[in-house]
Amino acid sequence: MSVLIGMDTKVLVQGMGKTGRFHTEKAIAYGTNMVAAVHPSRAGQTEVFEGEADHSGVPDRADTYRVEFPIFRTVAEAVAETGANASVVYVPPPFASDAIMEAADAGVPLIVCVTEGIPVADMVKAKRYLEDKDVRLVGPNCPGVITPKECKIGIMPGYIHTPGRIGVVSRSGTLTYEAVHQLTLNGLGQTTAIGIGGDPVNGTNFVDALTAFNDDPTTEGVLMIGEIGGTAEEDAAAWITANMTKPVASFIAGTTAPAGKRMGHAGAIISGGKGTAAAKIEALEAAGVVMAPTPTDMGSAMMEAMNK
Amino acid sequence: MKIHEYQAKALMADRGIAVPMGRVATTVDEAVAAVRPLIEESGNPVVVVKSQIHAGGRGKGRFKEFPDVGGVNVVTEGISGGIEAAEARVRELASQMLGSTLVTIQTGEEGKQVSRLYIEQGIDIATELYLSVLLDRATSRNIVMASTEGGTEIEVVAEETPEKILKEEIDPAFGLLPFQARNIAYSLGFEGDTFKDGVRFLDALTKAAVELDTDLVEINPLVVTTDGKVMALDGKMAFDDSGLFRHPAVAELRDVSEEDAAELEAKEFDLSFIKLDGDIGCMVNGAGLAMATMDIIQTVGGEPANFLDVGGGAEKEQIAAAFKIITKDPNVKGIFVNIFGGIMRCDIIAEGVIAAVEEVGLSVPLVVRLEGTNVELGKQMLDESGLDLVSASDMKDGAQKILELTR
Repeated sequence: MSVLIGMDTKVLVQGMGKTGRFHTEKAIAYGTNMVAAVHPSRAGQTEVFEGEADHSGVPDRADTYRVEFPIFRTVAEAVAETGANASVVYVPPPFASDAIMEAADAGVPLIVCVTEGIPVADMVKAKRYLEDKDVRLVGPNCPGVITPKECKIGIMPGYIHTPGRIGVVSRSGTLTYEAVHQLTLNGLGQTTAIGIGGDPVNGTNFVDALTAFNDDPTTEGVLMIGEIGGTAEEDAAAWITANMTKPVASFIAGTTAPAGKRMGHAGAIISGGKGTAAAKIEALEAAGVVMAPTPTDMGSAMMEAMNK
Repeated sequence: MKIHEYQAKALMADRGIAVPMGRVATTVDEAVAAVRPLIEESGNPVVVVKSQIHAGGRGKGRFKEFPDVGGVNVVTEGISGGIEAAEARVRELASQMLGSTLVTIQTGEEGKQVSRLYIEQGIDIATELYLSVLLDRATSRNIVMASTEGGTEIEVVAEETPEKILKEEIDPAFGLLPFQARNIAYSLGFEGDTFKDGVRFLDALTKAAVELDTDLVEINPLVVTTDGKVMALDGKMAFDDSGLFRHPAVAELRDVSEEDAAELEAKEFDLSFIKLDGDIGCMVNGAGLAMATMDIIQTVGGEPANFLDVGGGAEKEQIAAAFKIITKDPNVKGIFVNIFGGIMRCDIIAEGVIAAVEEVGLSVPLVVRLEGTNVELGKQMLDESGLDLVSASDMKDGAQKILELTR
């Protein structure tokens, strides 16, 4: 069991360029059920993938794979023909928000957008467009979502994950890998790891992810990785106090970040005294969350929270 | 991306937003030459000489070289002495300000060199107000923020008198609706023709903000003149870097002299770099991990010299460039390379580090922590390279090791 994605997930790809193809290949090797691609100018062609299976992924598969699927003109056609129920977006920044809205219009229930550098104004519009639609957006500017040994959507290395008890949600890519790796080493493992992305305007936020993990019977605890900028962590702390029934551990990056500078991620900026790591840590501690003092301690903080 | 006040005002004027008349000057003679036409065209004998730097707090700022001179100066000599007297005073001010270092609350102690002045007509002010358009991350929408407390920093107003701030949310499907503009105009106390003028001003400003992909438009103060006109007395605009590709004319307004040289060099190699004050250089993949690396250096008792994210798909050349940028900083006493390879393979990192050290040499201790994809191969390459480096088992171990080696 897991949240958002699992063995039943059928994934279509929007944006089959160099990056899209590279990660599609990795996902197929992991055992993800990739069923279609959408590319307006290459519609009618067939994508063929052949290679060696990544045995850290879905179990009981042959050592080699051969997968082929069609490229469609539109998301709606791809969904109608293949029954895809998730989309991963690798479309370049100028066109990515349109790809998200197209997938939402086609009713794809889960849209994972990996693209970094989408104009904020485009995401403001896309989020408005998604408001009254029953779809979930993860990202943009995120590594994606993975349910170990079931389904991998995005760019994370599959082999560091292992099935287990913890839901992971994070604004940062490599810090997620760091956290997942520690949870794998200390035996807690993951139910699902969700990268919600480093942009100021994103789809799924911490509260959405916490809600999903809280409702998932197989998730026993949640590790939440935040960073400076915005108030999503403070909102999560308030939600945890009011609703969370499972232990939560957390790490917040950016204690040493200077104000007014964007720390790599578009959303990682302290502005007008708001969005500091100190304020977030204080709010989460007040909500009973076990804070990891350093990123090396994320796994042990989660263990401590589970044993409390 | 930030731009100068005079550039922001030109963009506003293009969109029918009222701003004072002004002329930019990079030399003393240009500054003096601006005085006569401004006074003659405006009919106002007062002019204002404003330093153009990418930092706020200019009015209260002072020059290092001339502690009596502020960053913004109102020249009133023209009232009794005529244009020649105003010109003489502007000549004196411009020769002191140009090339000198302005220190404001936002520049830090080192200050910023002033290389451009903006000479503006004087304005007879009735009231000073505040207006801005910015992203509200909580709602994922732009908001218009208005206050009667003009001239004061909005953060201070928000802290002390939050009831004096009015916010109107802009629905991206509709833009700022007329009734919302009227609400703001009412709250700012506009009446009669000023009210109509103010509503037009708000409409034009919010449209400009959305159309130009701004991060922030802030007018502080927004003024009502003694003859009832609404005008942007100051103007600050910052742009969403991700949206610049569709505004080539705006992108050209970039003033690289306002930006850190090392940060600019890093940008050329698609690296995200920010200089800090410490002495331990960091090279990391991923923004979150890079921030966390700075944090852990501080936790163990050190001070990071920089933030550096080499990104998810860096090539050997970028790694080498990153290494060179770090070692260029004379404060750096040691380097900590912290990589969790996902897409980024550890062998590529190793290859880049080896190439960089071969090219630029290594005069400070180097600690490398590798984890993730192809980690064994990466470690083996470093071992076999004969480089004088220390391996770390995890982030904390690495931070402690580099601290020991630099203390």
